[in-house]
Amino acid sequence: MTPNSRTSQDHASGTNVPTQHHFSQKHLLGISHLNPVEITELLDRAEAMVDISRQPKKAKHSLKGRTQINLFFENSTRTQSSFEIAGKRLGADVLNMAVQTSSVKKGETLIDTAATLNAMQPDVIVVRHAASGAVELLSQKVACSVVNAGDGTHEHPTQALLDALTIRRNKGRLNGLTVAICGDIANSRVARSNLLLLGAMNARTRVVGPKNMLPRGVEQMAAEVFTDMEEGLKDADVVMMLRLQHERASGKMIPSVREFFHFYGLDERKLAFAKDDAIVMHPGPMNRGVEIAPSIADGPRSVITEQVEMGVAVRMAVLEALLTNGEAV
Amino acid sequence: MKNDLIIKNARLVDPATDKDQQGAVWIKNGKIKDVHWGNAPEAPEGTQTYDAEGHVIAPGLIDTRVSTGEPGHEYRETLESASNAAAAGGVTSFLLMPDTTPVIDDGALVDYVVRRASATSKVKIWPSAAISKGLEGKDLTEFGLLKAAGARAFTDGNSSIQSTSMLKNAFTYAKNFDMPILHHVGDSELIGDGVMNAGILATGLGLKGIPHEAETIPLARDLQLADMTGVRYHAAQISCAKSAELVQQAKQRNDQVSAGLSINNLCLNENDIGSYRSYFKLNPPLRSEDERMAMVEALRDGTIDILHSAHDPQDTEGKRRPFAEATDGAIGLETFLAASLRLVHEEQISLVRLLATMTINPAKLLGLEAGRLAKGAPADLIEIDLNYPWVVAEKDLKSKSQNTTFEHARLFGKVMTTWVNGDTVFRQSA
Repeated sequence: MTPNSRTSQDHASGTNVPTQHHFSQKHLLGISHLNPVEITELLDRAEAMVDISRQPKKAKHSLKGRTQINLFFENSTRTQSSFEIAGKRLGADVLNMAVQTSSVKKGETLIDTAATLNAMQPDVIVVRHAASGAVELLSQKVACSVVNAGDGTHEHPTQALLDALTIRRNKGRLNGLTVAICGDIANSRVARSNLLLLGAMNARTRVVGPKNMLPRGVEQMAAEVFTDMEEGLKDADVVMMLRLQHERASGKMIPSVREFFHFYGLDERKLAFAKDDAIVMHPGPMNRGVEIAPSIADGPRSVITEQVEMGVAVRMAVLEALLTNGEAV
Repeated sequence: MKNDLIIKNARLVDPATDKDQQGAVWIKNGKIKDVHWGNAPEAPEGTQTYDAEGHVIAPGLIDTRVSTGEPGHEYRETLESASNAAAAGGVTSFLLMPDTTPVIDDGALVDYVVRRASATSKVKIWPSAAISKGLEGKDLTEFGLLKAAGARAFTDGNSSIQSTSMLKNAFTYAKNFDMPILHHVGDSELIGDGVMNAGILATGLGLKGIPHEAETIPLARDLQLADMTGVRYHAAQISCAKSAELVQQAKQRNDQVSAGLSINNLCLNENDIGSYRSYFKLNPPLRSEDERMAMVEALRDGTIDILHSAHDPQDTEGKRRPFAEATDGAIGLETFLAASLRLVHEEQISLVRLLATMTINPAKLLGLEAGRLAKGAPADLIEIDLNYPWVVAEKDLKSKSQNTTFEHARLFGKVMTTWVNGDTVFRQSA
């Protein structure tokens, strides 16, 4: 079966798969606001978007005449481009707002900017901000839909959705899979959103990392917690690596990149503990030789570029679901 | 000369003598002339009487932790607006924190506060002065001159001095002038970028946590320095069980040690933050329910001596930010008593024991004559209807800022009348 031929009925997700569209949320602020039915619906919608994106003529007109503003308080070329392409493929008018964070106090900028943008009557604002909870705060100040494109160390819901879609297309399901999320869990919004989503879909979640990169209470968020990479990867179906920020590996938290890679970097030796058909994922951008060996990043088990493709599809699905009130278009 | 006033038909509660009985209070010239337990005296002809209708009459509250915006941030709160809030909350005296702009670290500024307060305030405002110049934790202020100007205590407000040698010197020098030190403890390195209690909630919200040890480690240091120097040391606001344990141990060997607690850490927990509600961003942070219960126990068993409002007005601009970027603090003067009465209604603490932490205990720490129903004491009194139901609404509060942690809270018990030096400064309208 090719991925493109799947319908929603093919995905055993541990819940009743909806046959009708009824997504009725106004915002996508975090995975914590979604139930398994809604998650499944977004993934199913995204499957259809993959097909559209693979056609020579990629235009769909479901959001024609609608205005999407990408408001990125933190730089992120890839996520912003992904949202921009997603909106444009649906026919929306997409505007990228450059935000100066240095000149004004951050908080004032956020509220002021929200009020200003709101007055321009957009249909959706896609927001990334360095502070946890900032996107939710902004959503309270505007009349339109808001999509969280990453807030602080809180959530990055579209990343978790695109990861889930990538896993589902490769493994055919989410429930019952063992997924090991590895590295700097404490500082990762990607890890939080993924733990919430995979937990909701009945995957067996593991976190793996040095103790000082595992946040308090993590044992309540993941099914299993490991500080040893080999144990943590044992019989895993999916190995999800996280980006390590360089400044944390210079003596502040981790003594050196060399030490980190030795114990927690993904190389052939450690990956051998996972299942033979385990896939390797990374939200990007990668630090080759820090958290992942180049041979693995570019090797046959890596689905990292597929994740990027799924990113556009998931974001199309999210934008359309929010702006059309879940009605099939 | 003022007319005498007899407050009769009252349930008199005097924490200084641990009494809670029917009686009457006779006020003359702004002072308590006599306290009559049991039947009221025959009032001489022409004496004014006030029928308390069985309500509680107690000493006015003494709040050891109040910030205003005067001088420097008068739009947040002035001494006058804070005094209105205080009178409505039954607070007849408060200790003003020095964290104003400029910082109260100079005799002339203490003098300014004393004069502004006497010109504009309905209640008694006692200035504190900074321990360190500019609250920078580096150089001592002029303790002797500040005391002479009227400072009642030394404190760096919400700032915590990090240097052990600086603290040792400050404690020793404060002992020299027999002045109390009120210190808020927080290890700045362990706090780091922390903005709420460390734990699963902080992790889930993606907010940096503040561990208990950021409080207990500097507290343990302070308590040993207190032993070493003999200073009157007050741990201004503790928030967790381990801190209470440290204070309890210290008290067994050192009777100069005391501890304070914010009404917020007594009544609220970290769950109140919900989804990034910045009004609940406080310092010390709201802890878990277990820790809150430990604070209730510590208040009941006397480990914690003083309950305070931690009144800290913040403008909406500072609060309407992402949680980590929002300012700390909440107003509390008007809700202070009513919120604390929840514990009395739940029978977790007796009324007289609770009021001791808000009257006689702070009076002793600050060396005030108020805070007791005793002959010759200032007639700073409050009438409390313990069962008066009300709902807190920002718009009704007298503070200039609205950052209350008790918005929409249903409370039972309210101050009906407040007297300062025998004058009525607040009366609840019917």
